[in-house]
Amino acid sequence: MSKKSNYYNILIKRRLETLKEYLYLLKQNKLTFAALIIILFLIIIAIIAPIIVPFPSHIYGAVNPQDKLLSPSWTYLFGTDEMGRDLFSRVLYGTRISLLGSLIAVAMGLLIGVPLGLMAGFYGGFIDEFVMRIVDMFLSFPPLLLAMAIAAFLGPSLQNAIIALIVSWWPWYTRLIRGQVVSIKEREFVRAAHAIGTPSWQIMYKHILPNCISPVIVQASMDLGGIILTLAALSFLGLGAQAPIPEWGLIVNTSRTYFLKAWWYGIFPGMAIFIAVLCFNLLGDGLREVLDPKTKKY
Amino acid sequence: MSNYFEIKDLKINFETSEGIKNVININELDLHKGETFGIVGESGSGKSVLAMSILRILPSPPAFIKSGKIMFKGKNLLELKEKEIQKIRGKEISMIFQDPRSTLNPVFTVGQQIINVIRYNKFLTKKDAEKEALRMIKLVKLPDAKNTLHKYPNELSGGERQRIIIAIALSCGAELLIADEPTRNLDVTIQAGILKLINELKEELEITVLFIANNVNLVFIVSGRVAVLYKGKIIEIGTSQEIREEPIHPYTRGLLGIVSPAEREIKNLTEANLKEGIKAENSICPFFYECEERIEICKKISPTLTKVNNGHWVSCHRVIDREVDNESTSISH
Amino acid sequence: MLSFITRRLLLGILTIFGVILITFILVRVIPSDPAAQWVGGRATPKQVEAAREELGLDKPIYVQFEHYIKDLLKGNLGYSLMTHQPVYEELKKRFPATLELVFISCIIALLIGIPLGLISAKDKNSWIDHFSRFFSIGAISIPTFWLALVLQLIFFMILGLLPSGGQLSMKIKLFQNVPHITGFIFLDSLITGNFAILKDFLKHLILPAICVGAYTIGLVARMTRSALLEILSEDYIKAARSYGLPERLILYSYALKNSLGPTTTAVTLAMGYALMNTFLVESVFSWPGIGKYIADAVVCLDYPVIMGVTIFAACAYILLNLIADIIISLDPRVKL
Repeated sequence: MSKKSNYYNILIKRRLETLKEYLYLLKQNKLTFAALIIILFLIIIAIIAPIIVPFPSHIYGAVNPQDKLLSPSWTYLFGTDEMGRDLFSRVLYGTRISLLGSLIAVAMGLLIGVPLGLMAGFYGGFIDEFVMRIVDMFLSFPPLLLAMAIAAFLGPSLQNAIIALIVSWWPWYTRLIRGQVVSIKEREFVRAAHAIGTPSWQIMYKHILPNCISPVIVQASMDLGGIILTLAALSFLGLGAQAPIPEWGLIVNTSRTYFLKAWWYGIFPGMAIFIAVLCFNLLGDGLREVLDPKTKKY
Repeated sequence: MSNYFEIKDLKINFETSEGIKNVININELDLHKGETFGIVGESGSGKSVLAMSILRILPSPPAFIKSGKIMFKGKNLLELKEKEIQKIRGKEISMIFQDPRSTLNPVFTVGQQIINVIRYNKFLTKKDAEKEALRMIKLVKLPDAKNTLHKYPNELSGGERQRIIIAIALSCGAELLIADEPTRNLDVTIQAGILKLINELKEELEITVLFIANNVNLVFIVSGRVAVLYKGKIIEIGTSQEIREEPIHPYTRGLLGIVSPAEREIKNLTEANLKEGIKAENSICPFFYECEERIEICKKISPTLTKVNNGHWVSCHRVIDREVDNESTSISH
Repeated sequence: MLSFITRRLLLGILTIFGVILITFILVRVIPSDPAAQWVGGRATPKQVEAAREELGLDKPIYVQFEHYIKDLLKGNLGYSLMTHQPVYEELKKRFPATLELVFISCIIALLIGIPLGLISAKDKNSWIDHFSRFFSIGAISIPTFWLALVLQLIFFMILGLLPSGGQLSMKIKLFQNVPHITGFIFLDSLITGNFAILKDFLKHLILPAICVGAYTIGLVARMTRSALLEILSEDYIKAARSYGLPERLILYSYALKNSLGPTTTAVTLAMGYALMNTFLVESVFSWPGIGKYIADAVVCLDYPVIMGVTIFAACAYILLNLIADIIISLDPRVKL
C-alpha cells in the first residue's frame, strides 16, 4: 500500500471515529435526537411536497369560491382559506419556502461573513479595524430592524426579504469568527505553519478555520430556525413574501382579517413555524453541548 | 493504624464518554498528627481527586466515590451529612489549591474574602472578624496588612495571592492542611518562600500537613513520610529519607532519575502476596506497560503493598527482600 | 471613570453616525426614485418634481448627505404620507405607550427569567433544569405574532376574560378623566390612586406583555443559566466550598456577583428583542405605540415613517448598549 493511500485511510478512519463519538453523544440527549429526526422529516416533506400535496392547484392560484372558509375536515385537514384553497396543501408547500429560504440566507451569510472574519482576525491592523467598524455599524441595529428597513426599501418581496436577511445576518458570523481567530492566531501551530512558509490562505482555511468552526456551526443551526422566524415575521408585516406565495408568516397575516369567522386559519401555519424553529433551536443547543469543550465531561 | 487520619479501601470512579474509569484505588493511607506527609504523582495520577475527596468537594457527576472510608478523629468523613462536613471544612480540615490566580474570587477584595470566611465559620462580628483577618495577613508575612485588605486579587502578585489563600485556609483554626500543589504555578524563587511559610506555620500552629505535588524533590524536602501515587494507586510508601536513599519501585526510581542497575535480585513471592494478588481486582500491574523491569508475573497479577523494611512498603513483584515480616500485612510503624 | 464614559459616548456617537449612513443609503441610494418614494404612490408628477427639488436629488451625493444630517439634527424626519403630520411629532406621541409596554414586560421577564436560570444552573440536570431548559427554548422559538393571535383567540374569543385590544376600555376613556402626569398610564394611575383605571390598564396590558416578554424570558433564562454554570465551575467556587462557606452564600453572593457582565448583556439584548417584538404585537392588540405606527406604515409603504422609526429605534438601542457598557465597567476586573 502506498504511503499516501495509507495516510488517507488513517485520516478517514479517524474522522469516522470522531463522527461516531459525536453521534453517540448526540444520541444521549434524547430531545436533541428527536429534534434531528423531526427536521429530517421536514426536509423530506419539503422535497416531496409537490408530489404528496392533496390539492396542488390550491397552492398558488386556483379560486374555489364554493369551499371558502371551511373548518377542518377530512378533505381539508387544516380547513380552507377565503379563496377556497386547501390550507393543508398551502402549509405543506410552505415548508419548502421556509426551509429553502432559510438555508439560502444562512449559507450566504456564512459565505460572506466567515471569510471576512478570518481575514479581519488574521491580518489584523487596518483590515481588522475596517471590517469590524462596518460589523459594529450593522450590529448596532436591534435584530430584525435592519432587515425590516432593507426589505421595505428594496420593495417587499420574498427575494428581497431573503437579501435583507443575508445583509443583516452576516456580521454576526464575522464577529464570532474574528474573535476566535484572534485567540487561535497566537498559538504555536499557527506560528509553526507560518515559519515553514505555508501560504496565508492555507493557514487560514486549513489550520485556523477547523479550530474555530464549532461555535459557528452551533450558531448557524440555531440561525436556521431564527431566520425561518424572522422571514415569517417580515411576511407577517407585509415586507416579505407577497400573495399568492404560501409562506407561513404571510398566511398568518392574511388570517387576521378572517379571525372571527375562521379561527383555524392562522393556527396551523403558526404551529408549523413553531415546530420548525423549536427543532432547529433544540438541535443547535444539543450541538453546543456536544461541541463545546468546556461542558464536555472529562 | 493511625487514629488521627486514615484512608481505607477508597475507590473513586469517573464517568467519561468512554465508560467508567477507576481513578483512585487506595487500600490504606494514614497520617500521624503533627507530621508532614507528602504525596508524589504525575498529572493524571489522581492527586487532586484524592485531595478533593477528603473534603467532599468532588463534582459529583462525573466523579463517584464507590466505596471506602476516610476516618478523621474517629469519624468517617464519607458518611457525614452535608451540614456536618461543612462544619469540618475550614474549621478542622482546610485546603489550598494550586492556581492562586483562579482560587480567589475576582470581584471581591481579598479582605472581604478572608472576613467572610472568618465571620461564617467563627460567628464573629464584623469588627472582630476584621481584626482576625489583619492578624492572619500579618501571620503569612505580608507587608502593609491594612492596605492589602482593600486590594482586589488582580492587584496582587502570584506569591502574595498564595499567601492570602494560606491565610484564609488557616484563619479558622484548621488542624489538618491539605496543600494541593501549592507552588506549581509560582516562580521558583517564590516557591521557596511559600514552602518556608508553610513549614513555619506548621510549627507555630501545630498543624498536620498533607503535601501533594508532582515535583518529587520538592516533596522530599518538605515531608517526613512520602507516598508515591501512580494511576490512582499507592505504589511505594515510606520515610522520605528511606525512599530517597533506596527507591525500590521502578516508577519511583524513574521519578528520581535513577537508572536501574543491570542485575537485580528477584525475590521469591511469598504465599500471602500471591494470594492477595489473585484476589485483586485488576489482574495486571498498572505500571506494566511503562516498566523496564517487568517480568512475566507482572502481566498476570497486580502487586500489593508489601513491607520491605520498617516503614517502607512497596507494591512491586521485584522486591529485594531484607527483613520481610511475613505475618504483618498492614502498614504501620 | 469619567474618561471611560466620555470615550464610550464618543464611540456611541460614531456608531450613530454609522447608523445614519446606512439609513441614508437605504433612503436615497437604493430606491430607484427616492423622490417618488418620498411623496408616495398617489402623488402627481408635479409633486414628485417638487419633492425632487426639495430633497436636492440633483445635487451630488455628499451634499445630499449633508442636507440629510442637517434635517435629522433639526428633528426633521419628514412627513407621514398617510397623515401628513410630521413624523417626529407622531413618534413623540406614540413612544410612551411602547416604552411602558416594553419596560413592564422586561421587568416581569427578568423577574421570571433570572431566577429560572439560577435554579437551573444550581440544580443542573434535575427535573426543574430540564423543564426550564425546554421552556426557555420553547419561549424563543414561538412566533410572537402567532402567540398574540392564539392568546387573543383563547382569552378574548373563547373565554371572554380579557379585552381584545387597546390600552383602556371605552367605558374608562369616556367616563373617567385619565390623569396625565408622566404620560405613563401605569404610573399616573398609581400616583393619583385611581385603581379602577389601573385595573383596567393591567387587564389590557397582560396579553401584549406576555407576547413581548415571551422571547425575553427564554433568552434571559438561557443566558443566566450558561453564565452561572461557567462561574460555578470556577476554582474560586471550589475553594469557597472548601472553606466551609454555606451554599447559599456561594450562590447568591460569590457566584452572582461574577455574573454582572453576562447578565447585563442578556438584559440589553432582551430589551432590544422586546422592542422588536412590539412591532409585531402592537397591531394585533391595537396598542397605540410606535410598533403599530411602523406596522401600519409598512402596509402602505409610508417611507418617511418607516425611516423615522428605524432611526429612532436604532438610536434607542445604541443608548441602551452604552448604559450597559458603563454598568459592565463597574466590574473590578475590567481595566478602564
